[in-house]
Amino acid sequence: MAVETYVPEPDLGTPTVGGTETVRVTVDGRTGEVPAGTSVMRAASEAGINIPKLCATDSLKAFGSCRICLVEVDGVHGTPASCTTPCTDDMVVTTQSTELARLRRGVMELYLTDHPADCAGCARGNCEMQALATTVGVAEIRYPRREPARQHASYDESNPYFAYDPASCIVCSRCVRACGETQGTFALTVAGRGLGSVVSPGGTDFFSSECVSCGACVQACPTSALTEKSVVELGMPTRVVDTTCAYCGVGCSFRAEVQSEPAGSGGTGSVGDGIRLVRMVPSKAGGANEGHSCVKGRFAYGYAHHPERQMHPMVRDSIDDEWRVVSWKEAIAKVASGFKAIQAEYGIGAIGGISSSRCTNEEVYVVQQLVRAGFGNNNVDTCARVCHSPTGYGLKQAFGTSAGTQDFASVADADVILLIGANPTDAHPVFASRMKRRLRAGARLIVADPRRIDLVRSPHVQAAYHLQLQPSSNVAFVNAMAHVAVTEGRYDEAFLRERCENVDGYLAFISDPQHSPESVEPITGIPAAALREAALLYATARNAAIYYGLGVTEHSQGSTMVMGMANLAMVTGNIGRRGVGVNPLRGQNNVQGSCDMGSFPHELPGYRHVSSNDVRAIYEQRWGRVLDPEPGLRIPNMFDAALAGTFKGLYVQGEDLAQSDPNTQHVEAALRAMDLVVVQDLFLNETARFAHVFLPGTSFLEKDGTFTNAERRINRVRPVFPPRQGKDEWQITCEIAQAIGFPMRYGNAAEIMDEIAATTPTFAGVSFAALDAEGSMQWPVTAAAPYGTPTMHVGGFVRGKGLLVETVHVPTTERSNRRFPLILTTGRILTQYNVGSQTRRTDNNAWHLEDILEIHPADAEMRGISTGDLVELSSRVGSTTLRAKVTSRMPPGVVYTTFHHPVTGANVVTTENSDWATNCPEYKVTAVQVGVANARGETDLEAERRRHGVEYAGTP
Amino acid sequence: MGNDIARQFAHLPYDQATAAIARHLRMFWDPRMREALRGAVAAGDDDVDPLLRAAAANL
Ligand code: SF4
Ligand code: SF4
Ligand code: FES
Repeated sequence: MAVETYVPEPDLGTPTVGGTETVRVTVDGRTGEVPAGTSVMRAASEAGINIPKLCATDSLKAFGSCRICLVEVDGVHGTPASCTTPCTDDMVVTTQSTELARLRRGVMELYLTDHPADCAGCARGNCEMQALATTVGVAEIRYPRREPARQHASYDESNPYFAYDPASCIVCSRCVRACGETQGTFALTVAGRGLGSVVSPGGTDFFSSECVSCGACVQACPTSALTEKSVVELGMPTRVVDTTCAYCGVGCSFRAEVQSEPAGSGGTGSVGDGIRLVRMVPSKAGGANEGHSCVKGRFAYGYAHHPERQMHPMVRDSIDDEWRVVSWKEAIAKVASGFKAIQAEYGIGAIGGISSSRCTNEEVYVVQQLVRAGFGNNNVDTCARVCHSPTGYGLKQAFGTSAGTQDFASVADADVILLIGANPTDAHPVFASRMKRRLRAGARLIVADPRRIDLVRSPHVQAAYHLQLQPSSNVAFVNAMAHVAVTEGRYDEAFLRERCENVDGYLAFISDPQHSPESVEPITGIPAAALREAALLYATARNAAIYYGLGVTEHSQGSTMVMGMANLAMVTGNIGRRGVGVNPLRGQNNVQGSCDMGSFPHELPGYRHVSSNDVRAIYEQRWGRVLDPEPGLRIPNMFDAALAGTFKGLYVQGEDLAQSDPNTQHVEAALRAMDLVVVQDLFLNETARFAHVFLPGTSFLEKDGTFTNAERRINRVRPVFPPRQGKDEWQITCEIAQAIGFPMRYGNAAEIMDEIAATTPTFAGVSFAALDAEGSMQWPVTAAAPYGTPTMHVGGFVRGKGLLVETVHVPTTERSNRRFPLILTTGRILTQYNVGSQTRRTDNNAWHLEDILEIHPADAEMRGISTGDLVELSSRVGSTTLRAKVTSRMPPGVVYTTFHHPVTGANVVTTENSDWATNCPEYKVTAVQVGVANARGETDLEAERRRHGVEYAGTP
Repeated sequence: MGNDIARQFAHLPYDQATAAIARHLRMFWDPRMREALRGAVAAGDDDVDPLLRAAAANL
């Protein structure tokens, strides 16, 4: 919803208080009920009465330092601070009186004596000081001006996105507290005392400090001391568009704060028909993030206006030709005639499409419809294939639905958190902040990961156990956890008997001594005693919750492991209420949604198998086409079929197959073998090198639709600019459908959602209007749950009874050997995002310009490798060169890298091994060798970087 | 790929294993992949896991 004038999100002064007990309080003659424990300040704000404040803000615990929020309370001596005073029953509060006004003026005057006098000259942001000076009414400053030390501290512009001007700081410590309480990084401190006090990022500049650039401090700062550079440059926004981040599966809600200008007047910032995006501010009303964000969502949106963004359709006859800019009409005609010709020659099944987890539900839905009804086959897949397809398979088998069981807020009720194969501080930062808050409040953490991730030990967080398991030993590990719970009698018999299926079979299976921690120690590498203790910690907790990531799914036993975790949760009764559950941390913003929308070749929307006559009938009636009852090809099967000559044409919506899929050589050969590859993307990505038609896509700032995050939350995405290349992406897909003779037409994205709701039971109550009214909804949204379902499987599983599957540990066939003695595993870092096509085109490159290989000191020493050396990383399928970092984060025998930069091409070395059930690639296990790079000198690498448009920054 | 599936069900009694494997292939494999498997079995391909071979006969 666009609001016509700029209004900051309301600040009620202190955080909301939960609980059902209430108290009656009267503020300035208005009487109301508030939850017990609510501050006087918040009760007043809720009644529409604003008490002046400086050190208080509703995202942080009250601090009580500025004393400007004084009030009078009947029967209480003096003037207590309203932010730190809780309401009591029948309290009567006065917020305005001559005496209060005098006291507040005094406080303000003191603040202003050591604050720069020139408000007009500053006026960079929404300064609460300036506003307050007007409300409180400070006409003159009677005291001599003071020059506190911070006025001479230097202006800090080191962070690419925000600046720190110590002279404007009032030392309210809102930033310091935001960094601790909200973000959990504790990078800021107040150094010195009294007039000498100054906020400092640990005695260095922001960029060199522990700061992770989340921006929480900037948002909390009441003056212009911490301000976005974009606000300094452009000035304050004039209106707001509520939308959703397009990076990770947390799916944070944002206020896109913009300035509108008359059309044609241009501007220096983000240009789009005279609209300038000034800043992104996370919304407090956002269910997923509640006012917090990370560096990507808040700051890394510049790629939408990067010069390399493609604005025009292009075609070429052969991939060796130059691209030729053409009209939309010509490009779409070429796509349609090409696909039809392929089908005429090679059969209906010779073409297919791939939908993107970066696109909206509506955009994805039309792609699968184009394939199923327009192409007449089920050859549709999505990039979830390479990340969370085992989650889909495993949770569907165990619980009956392919999704996580909780909302994010549920973690606040977890007493023990079992984190497996996930690195939330880098990959899901805002959820990590929530998790850290819970851990600081006393929950215990078990980390199961080969790598010592930050959560193992960071400020105020210390994992109870770090089980440093060997890659590929997940199933053995989770079975041992369940074995301990069962054999030590710490399982929930009543829950199993009432709610689960195959109970006796499973208990007999898991009790077998082959699953004991002692038996599996040689496989997992985890000391049996530690595993036993960790298992008992999990099994005996009041509420124990499992969170996991791609370290679970991207294995040849990924699906088995997902079922193994479901077993563990069911055996201990940790499912079906708050604080528990099995929770995938989804990679991409809309990976949940793209799966929900029927992007898998065997499933129609809502995870219903294509072989179901009843389900096909729903769509056949709607679309007027007969649908294929047989499953189609998955992405790796498409590549194999292309090489076998039975698959010749592919429509790829926003996925960079050639960079993100394993065994690059194999993928490239398959792409080359096709007659028509159509790429729809923002940039000419690696896959576009093999394309014949390029259709420019839209960024999230131009999309109208919905994204569904990892907690099944359907959030609205609203356009800040009109589509910069002139067409919505769903419109492009519709035009392709029409051109091949299937009349797919919608008036707008809301109509597509209406069709989804009408045909998919779990989305029955969803519409743009309902979402606009509610803010967001977690599916299932049905007549029984009209506002959605935060916690699933309460009282019963979606499939009826939960299925305990006997999860056998089947080792991967990818083993280290004499030639390739190390195991490579992959991951991401905070500031870059997946293949990096977006983050690499922003100032986030300041933090991570290249992929680095992490290697244990023992492995490094044996090979003569030091930090900063260029090393060659090779596997049985290929080799690449990158820089090494020697670190004891990795266990001996295991090396690690990220895959954000095409120049490294980490997937040149990964193999086509995959999860047995879903073909999700086994990215986490590749046998490799590492050696100092001799063959390729630095000059070659530099040349290659230039070819890929990556600047060279010298040795890190 | 088929052998990986067979290995996952190998712990089950023979009939259950072959039925589960066949069911999985019907649910998740494109017909041309099943056809290729039947072809490999017919051609006496030694690389095909015996359980998978038996399942292929049930497809
Ligand atoms: S940007 Fe975030 S991490 Fe950095 S100092 Fe501010 S609150 Fe702390
Ligand atoms: S945590 Fe994820 S969704 Fe939230 S701002 Fe960061 S990238 Fe975006
Ligand atoms: S706002 Fe209450 S003491 Fe600062």
